[in-house]
Amino acid sequence: MAELSTWEQLPVAGVAQPAETPRPLTGGWRTGEKPAVELSRCVNCLLCWLYCPDSAITLAGETFTGFELDYCKGCGICADVCPVDAIAMVPE
Amino acid sequence: MNDLRLLTGGEAVAHAMRQVDPDVVPVYPITPQTPIIQTFAKLVADGKAHTEIVNVESEHSAMSAAIGAALAGGRTMTATSSQGLALMAEVVYIAASMRAPIVMAVGNRALSGPINIHCDHSDSMLVRDSGVVQLFAENAQEAYDLMLMAPRVAEDPRVLLPVLVCLDGFTITHSAEPVSLLPDEEVACFVGPYRIPNDVLDTGRPTTQGPFAMPDYYFELRRQQTAALEAALEVLDEVASDFEQLSGRRHGALEAYRLDDAARAIVALGSTAGTVKDVVDELRDEQEPVGLLKLVSFRPFPAGAVAAVLADCDRVSVLDRADSPGGTPPVHAELAAALYGGEVALSGHVYGLGGRDLHPPDVREVFAGVAAPYVGLRGEQCPV
Repeated sequence: MAELSTWEQLPVAGVAQPAETPRPLTGGWRTGEKPAVELSRCVNCLLCWLYCPDSAITLAGETFTGFELDYCKGCGICADVCPVDAIAMVPE
Repeated sequence: MNDLRLLTGGEAVAHAMRQVDPDVVPVYPITPQTPIIQTFAKLVADGKAHTEIVNVESEHSAMSAAIGAALAGGRTMTATSSQGLALMAEVVYIAASMRAPIVMAVGNRALSGPINIHCDHSDSMLVRDSGVVQLFAENAQEAYDLMLMAPRVAEDPRVLLPVLVCLDGFTITHSAEPVSLLPDEEVACFVGPYRIPNDVLDTGRPTTQGPFAMPDYYFELRRQQTAALEAALEVLDEVASDFEQLSGRRHGALEAYRLDDAARAIVALGSTAGTVKDVVDELRDEQEPVGLLKLVSFRPFPAGAVAAVLADCDRVSVLDRADSPGGTPPVHAELAAALYGGEVALSGHVYGLGGRDLHPPDVREVFAGVAAPYVGLRGEQCPV
């Protein structure tokens, strides 16, 4: 385990910058289900991208491509808001 | 050329704000702070200041917006009183912990209940331990002066904390006195440009501000705030020297008034210091060796300097304008700690709650050592 900083070593107010902080892969928080897409049904409305609380919808330019499962917590909001039922939650 | 005007303390504070010309003032009106924001809003509407006034829906929101503005790189000021400060208190702690250099005028007013609109210091004392700097003004001139000094103290990289400039409700906020205003350009030069170390709007250097701190780091981050408040004492002294060069008036952490050979001293904050000075002058004319220690800075508390200036007194009487039910009132407690181990006899007196006046004969009784623990209270006194 890394040695903890003293109060003098810490940045003022504990302000953190991206380079200083570890990147926890919060995809590990999923509890058994992950989103899956049937791309032939997708109309690229991007509602899933807009609603995803973890910014885990991936795009190529402005086109939906899938999910960043390292950060998807499996909340199911994307499947819920999808107007054409292209996204469904499936077992891991 | 100084500009001498007849102004209330509230108007004087508003003119200080006009001259500092902050970028953002999120504010919610409350008696007796109202003349500050009313006057300032008119100055902005008349084009005399270029501030974005945010009319928020509560004091909780006022301080929340102030934190956002201050950390986004805008010089930010606000003002409140009493219940407003109580509602804001949660966010005042957060402003201090996020090290947001906000300047806030507090028109001191008793906390409810019973509901009251007049002066005591219970509101400021509510946020005593929030980690903010608290400066108390004796009169309208000092309120103006401290409002000009406050941004320099708040924004110093050694400090980076909110600074509260406390002025007694009605006694100062609503009473007109001659106030000498400095030239606008000299104030602008004295205050300087606003700079903070971590601008949240700097997209090239993204930061997480106000991060969660678990038992492994919370304690260390609190300790940083203590260090910042300790540094504020030194910074206040430097700013006081610069301000003295500019104005000829010095406002350090404390003012020792005729204390040099005093055997008996009173310690007081705010407008009461003015009343006590008059009584000191009268008693000195009667050959009584008395003096006053006026505390300008209550947070940080200048314990070392307080102990030094009072060391040769036989008796020190502390006047507290806030009670601590079931405990020792705040200024008395600080004095007891600062003078601990010395030879000075210390007594504490609570006075003036809810705006009750303290009259010169009351002060004479305190100096004579015959005042009750609750000065001006009707009925039985209980031991302090």
